[in-house]
Amino acid sequence: MSKKVFRSIILVLTIFVFLVGCGRAPEGQDGGREAKSAYIQIKGSDTSVNLSQMWAEEYMNNNEGVSISVTGGGSGTGIAAIINNKVDIANSSRDIKDSEKQQAEDNGVEIVEIAVAMDGLSVITNANNPVKNLTVEEIGKIFKGEISNWKEVGGPDLTINTYGRQSNSGTYVYFRDNVLNGDYTAEMKRMNGNAQLVEAVKADESGIGYVGIGYVVKDGKTVEGLNILDVNGASPLVAENVKTGAYPLARPLYQYTNGKPTGAVLDLIKYQLSDKGQELAVREGFYPVTEEYSKRNNKNLGQ
Amino acid sequence: MKRRSKFSKIKEKMVEKFFLLNGLLVVFILVGIFYLLLNESLPTFKEVSIVEFFTSTTWNPTGYHKVSYGIVSLIFSTIMVTVGSLIFAVPLGIACAAYLSEIAPAKAREILKPTIEILAGIPSVVIGFLGIVLIGPMIAKIFNLPNGLNAINGSVLLGIMALPTIISISEDAINAVPDDYKKASLALGATEWQTLVKVTIPAALSGIIAAVMLGMGRAIGETMAVLMATGNAPAFPKSIFSAVRTLTATIGIELGEVAYNTTHYYSLFAVGLVLFVMTFLINIVSDWVLNKYEEAE
Repeated sequence: MSKKVFRSIILVLTIFVFLVGCGRAPEGQDGGREAKSAYIQIKGSDTSVNLSQMWAEEYMNNNEGVSISVTGGGSGTGIAAIINNKVDIANSSRDIKDSEKQQAEDNGVEIVEIAVAMDGLSVITNANNPVKNLTVEEIGKIFKGEISNWKEVGGPDLTINTYGRQSNSGTYVYFRDNVLNGDYTAEMKRMNGNAQLVEAVKADESGIGYVGIGYVVKDGKTVEGLNILDVNGASPLVAENVKTGAYPLARPLYQYTNGKPTGAVLDLIKYQLSDKGQELAVREGFYPVTEEYSKRNNKNLGQ
Repeated sequence: MKRRSKFSKIKEKMVEKFFLLNGLLVVFILVGIFYLLLNESLPTFKEVSIVEFFTSTTWNPTGYHKVSYGIVSLIFSTIMVTVGSLIFAVPLGIACAAYLSEIAPAKAREILKPTIEILAGIPSVVIGFLGIVLIGPMIAKIFNLPNGLNAINGSVLLGIMALPTIISISEDAINAVPDDYKKASLALGATEWQTLVKVTIPAALSGIIAAVMLGMGRAIGETMAVLMATGNAPAFPKSIFSAVRTLTATIGIELGEVAYNTTHYYSLFAVGLVLFVMTFLINIVSDWVLNKYEEAE
């Protein structure tokens, strides 16, 4: 009898040790994750997730043996992942906060910032809304809840419905810090993603929302059913406005890496910044990196 | 011979102990979860006054000017969506259960019962997706609203998710009503309908109430479907057509990006604790009702 029990105990222990071993293995790999590895993980901004995916596919087509996984979830999620050294690249549509930089440092992660494209963050309304131009101040007041009817800004007598993103979105933070300089109205609907937001504004004549231009422009044309507002008289559809900063909501889309990128990650970033890569960004509705950010990129990449 | 019987006795004992261990494990897990929730949520109240937490209607932990942690709107939204789901699911569920156990021919039952079980197995993301693309636009159209992402949408979705629980437990309760009651009622000249409504269902009432409470427990803790379909505006809801944000959705949205060991992080656990206590109370009440009903039998 004891033999049998003993044997089964040994068996259970063996399985246990085996399982524990299995659980540990990836951890070891994580610690020693090197940019050279042919497997690149990218996570973060929903604004740039499609663009990032396109780049990844193009790059994988031309570089056999490299596999890249791109997931969204919001800039906040991506930055949290790079802070915890869980991914190779974090996509972000906002600047990394000082507090996040500090956290990364505490975790032994050295954040390097590269701007990979420019976004003309678009303020969108329903195509049937006659309002075509708003100032940054007006937009801020609308999203703060201080302007609540379209007639206050020259539109029809309709209560304004505000659509925004959730707090893990970089666009949510960028818009709050650069347009509102205050808190969103509690009435604002917090949508799960850019596509849901776009669909909601398409269906709602009294709606207003904000979204990365890549979601409302395809092949140089505005998506049907929507109207992209001019802000302070400048349209984000004009490349020049984004380039010169005449469009006040032009912003860079960043990628953050842990330390200066090397190997495949560096190669991917170089491809993204190349003429071919930037062309793809334009096809997706975004704009090429401006000179100012190019210089910074070169510095950050150590070239 | 003797040795063998001794051996089987020991074996018997060991098996018994093994099952005891399994039972205890569940208790340990529950206590562990409760301890973790308590442990992680208490630091919240070092920086947030407990009065503010339970009386303020403003939930904005990532505020631009000042942060505030008030969960009144969230609790109210949760209750609103849950009660709404019951208004929708209870009559439907009881009617369905009554049909299944009293009226349906065997063939219809054979098809319906597995169908209801399949309904219970649909993942909540799929239900949430339905809420976005189907029920939302429908609600917007019917009530002439600019948008269908509101409390009602959440209620309908949660109602759908609570239905299987309500139906199957109510059906058991109705089945358990002794045949003598029905026969007596029919013999006194009552119609089938009168018997069902005035005799059978009242006799099964405590079981049905327990079913409703369990369905409510399911609805109140559901995250994904409400997160997708209710609009998530943290304002205090003005009407059933307002976008609402529930306790579960708040945790679901914010836990992914919150910096660990900050007040915001701890406060999300506090929200979880409140939710835990709410569902715990509901379960205790439904248990109590169910016990009463078994005693009555």
